[in-house]
Amino acid sequence: MAQLVSPAGRKLVAGIPMVWLTALFLIPFLIVLKISFSEVRLALPPYAPLFVAHHGVPVPELHLSNYAFLLTDPLYASALVYSLKVAALSTLACLLIGYPMAYAIARSSPTRRSVLLMLVMLPFWTSFLLRVYAWIGLLQSNGVINNVLLALGIVHQPLVMLQTDFSVYIGIVYSYLPFMVLPLYANLEKHDPTLLEAAADLGARPFTRFLRITLPQSVAGIAAGSLLVFIPAVGEYIVPSLLGRTDQLMIGRVLSDEFFENRDWPVASAVAIVMLILLVAPILLLQRFEKDELEAAPQVAAPAEAKAPS
Amino acid sequence: MRTVGYFSRVMLVLGLTFLYAPIASLIVFSFNNSRLVTVWDSAHSPTLKWYVALLTDGEILQAAWLSIRIAVVSATVASVLGTLAGIALARLGAFRGRTLLTGMTTAPIVMPEVITGLSLLLLYVALEHAIGWPRGTGAVTIALAHITFCMAYVTVVVQSRLVGFDASLEEAAMDLGAPPATVFRRITLPLIAPAIMSGWLLAFTLSWDDLVITQFVAGPGSSTLPMVVFSKVRLGVSPDVNALATLMVLIVAAGIGVAAIFMHYRERRRTRDVQRAAAANA
Amino acid sequence: MTQLEPYVRIERVRKDFGGFIAVNEVSLDIHRGEVFCLLGGSGSGKTTLLRILAGLEIPSSGKVYIDGQDMTAVAPYRRPVNMMFQSYALFPHMSVERNVAFGLEQEHVGRREIRERVGQILEIVKMSGFGPRKPHQLSGGQRQRVALARALVKRPKLLLLDEPLAALDRKLREHTQFELLNIQKHLGVTFVVVTHDQQEAMTISSRMGVMDRGEIVQVGTPAEIYESPGTRFVADFIGSVNLFQGEVTATDAEGLCMRCAETGADMRAPGAPVALGTTIWMALRPEKIELARSPVPESAPGALPNQLRGLVKEVGYMGEASVYLIEVGAGKVLRVTRPNAGRDAEPRIARGDAVSLSWHRSSPIVLTR
Repeated sequence: MAQLVSPAGRKLVAGIPMVWLTALFLIPFLIVLKISFSEVRLALPPYAPLFVAHHGVPVPELHLSNYAFLLTDPLYASALVYSLKVAALSTLACLLIGYPMAYAIARSSPTRRSVLLMLVMLPFWTSFLLRVYAWIGLLQSNGVINNVLLALGIVHQPLVMLQTDFSVYIGIVYSYLPFMVLPLYANLEKHDPTLLEAAADLGARPFTRFLRITLPQSVAGIAAGSLLVFIPAVGEYIVPSLLGRTDQLMIGRVLSDEFFENRDWPVASAVAIVMLILLVAPILLLQRFEKDELEAAPQVAAPAEAKAPS
Repeated sequence: MRTVGYFSRVMLVLGLTFLYAPIASLIVFSFNNSRLVTVWDSAHSPTLKWYVALLTDGEILQAAWLSIRIAVVSATVASVLGTLAGIALARLGAFRGRTLLTGMTTAPIVMPEVITGLSLLLLYVALEHAIGWPRGTGAVTIALAHITFCMAYVTVVVQSRLVGFDASLEEAAMDLGAPPATVFRRITLPLIAPAIMSGWLLAFTLSWDDLVITQFVAGPGSSTLPMVVFSKVRLGVSPDVNALATLMVLIVAAGIGVAAIFMHYRERRRTRDVQRAAAANA
Repeated sequence: MTQLEPYVRIERVRKDFGGFIAVNEVSLDIHRGEVFCLLGGSGSGKTTLLRILAGLEIPSSGKVYIDGQDMTAVAPYRRPVNMMFQSYALFPHMSVERNVAFGLEQEHVGRREIRERVGQILEIVKMSGFGPRKPHQLSGGQRQRVALARALVKRPKLLLLDEPLAALDRKLREHTQFELLNIQKHLGVTFVVVTHDQQEAMTISSRMGVMDRGEIVQVGTPAEIYESPGTRFVADFIGSVNLFQGEVTATDAEGLCMRCAETGADMRAPGAPVALGTTIWMALRPEKIELARSPVPESAPGALPNQLRGLVKEVGYMGEASVYLIEVGAGKVLRVTRPNAGRDAEPRIARGDAVSLSWHRSSPIVLTR
């Protein structure tokens, strides 16, 4: 079909979104890159000019001071490490909770399945911000959980649950769980149930069947779900702002603080670049998985349809 | 399969409880008279006073109105751009820049918002410095930012719909005499319309709810609803926010409920038709 | 009917998919009003060739002429050619009537004429009254007829059919084969059919072309291809065949004689002379071999030359006929089919029986490659 559309038509269809994205997605990254090499200035904008004319030719000015700063100041290193740790553990938790959920949904009857999927999706469609906010009410000292625990006599003093590691994990796992469940479900749903029947026929017990047939086939779903949780979780801002520790920041907050509070745009840009470098590999990995999913298209499902009852 | 099935069903129930408990708490305490939100004031509750306060709060109403307008515009433009990109990736085979387009339509989905927000603001500032536009930030700069990250989602939705399409439908249309533009208009578009629609809804939700990117690219005088809510809740719980949350949950639930009933009805009618055809057995 | 002027001329068409040659220098003439089948296995290039005729693929080199005009690079929507797709490709969001009318709308035919012609064609395919239904409300056989109607309503010069009967079950398939032929004769449209089913090809085609790995190996009527295959590939591809290999030992006016390497016996067949000592093959169809419990002496009236003794290894009873696998020495097994002419005829030949095989002098086919 591609060769039958006029070249002009093809240029337009692909070109328009490409131009937009290049201008508003790609080029901004280049600007961030440049500014990360700039010096901060007390001016508007608060950085040294991007280009300096050397004999009439604009040349970018590059300083490595911002990166040096990042590498030597322990605050940034610890924030980065902390962010990676939180993201990784949250991803694991989402996987451990989300996989059984997706599995159960995939094995339900078709009507139940759509209801269940809707139930999982509904929180996603309501505000992220508000759902994180809900946990403040649950976790605070005079919040729901403490009230219940106190009333039942399980504790005699309210537990400190807010602004701890615990609350950050809860917040992230809670908010990102649907992003783990859905790709896993999409993968599990495609599994052929007769494979399990064949395995049972050959003598495999339930857990073995799961381990050696279902699990290996779901690796792509696990990978996609994990990356969809991990990558944005590293740079998460809202959860640590509302629920997180004040003594140990996540890198997303660090970037925002550098930018808004310290007005140090070059350092903020350097932080962004470092984050990008860390996340490039996972992002490319995710793209590879998405590509496989999207391009292994069910090749002409229609002949199966054509074999309809005659 | 029984133990595995049993375990996963238990986890499903627990997981759903986990997902809904906070939402339930939000709703319940929106009717609590006490300003402390989670300390139930049984003497004066339940009450609707926070709903009244919400609906008479000028700041919130103005912010909501701005958010809606931006969301509608962003969703619509993002749907157009995302559909174009989805078509390009699904139908145009290999073309120069294809990998770039693929990358630029998958990266925004996972990119941490602080990075996207920062980069866009820096773009605006650099642009203003170079050519004098945009003069400060406002609804337009917010919309441009929203369109950019929302279109990636629409692309994914449309692309996967097109890929699962029977390619011979378009070939058949061409074989019957329709030039490519007609094929798109009368065959492809009607069949991907539902996907574009859900892409639109997705983009709307993402734009309406966005905080981080908006914080970077909004200026003084343009506060969206998430920004207003965020500044309130940074300081702690606030009962009118509970009321707002309840309203939003109700609207979303109603929307999903209506959509579900509609689709269920259509599925039922369709299966009935297929069964009838099988029985008729021509 | 101008049988001499080719209606469709395919001239040295080649289609290269980045290294993989799907169609390799194919030249073919198709005559007006005939049903031409392209028969081949998967990967033989038959579907690609069909799509080139439709305009859905553009050849890497070569030319395609339809009714005298060069159509090689003409877009599919500008060709007087229509295709019935394997998956039927009915537009799911349109009714049967709108589906069939679609092609006429592209020609800007008036509303009334559209309605008339749609009504007519639906009657021809026996789908009158199904106009308002949607594709998902139809059975497989019904969808196929709508797909046919949609392609035929435009009165194309050429109708291309891609595995038209593949999705149907056996009974329906036979029934539809004849219906297709009826419609074709009634409307006089030239058909080009792609199929992998040789039985189908032989039933419906007036001429067929056997394809293998992008090339046309032989073109002819079904009888020609079946009874006079040109190569071992064709002989083996169509129906079953017994192949004997040997060296030419003698030639005369009537044919030649070969000493079979496997059985050690001499075999005679009609054919053009071939140099002595050349390795050749002889192909013998299973139904051309007669079986008898005891050898019939050559001098007896009605006796056939070319006799062999063998042992029955397996018998397959198929209702109308029985298939016998007979070992004739040195491990060579022949396949013989005999009709089950009588219900309880003389005691049937069974496993383990010693039998005598014979065939007409003209039955074996000489193959040099």
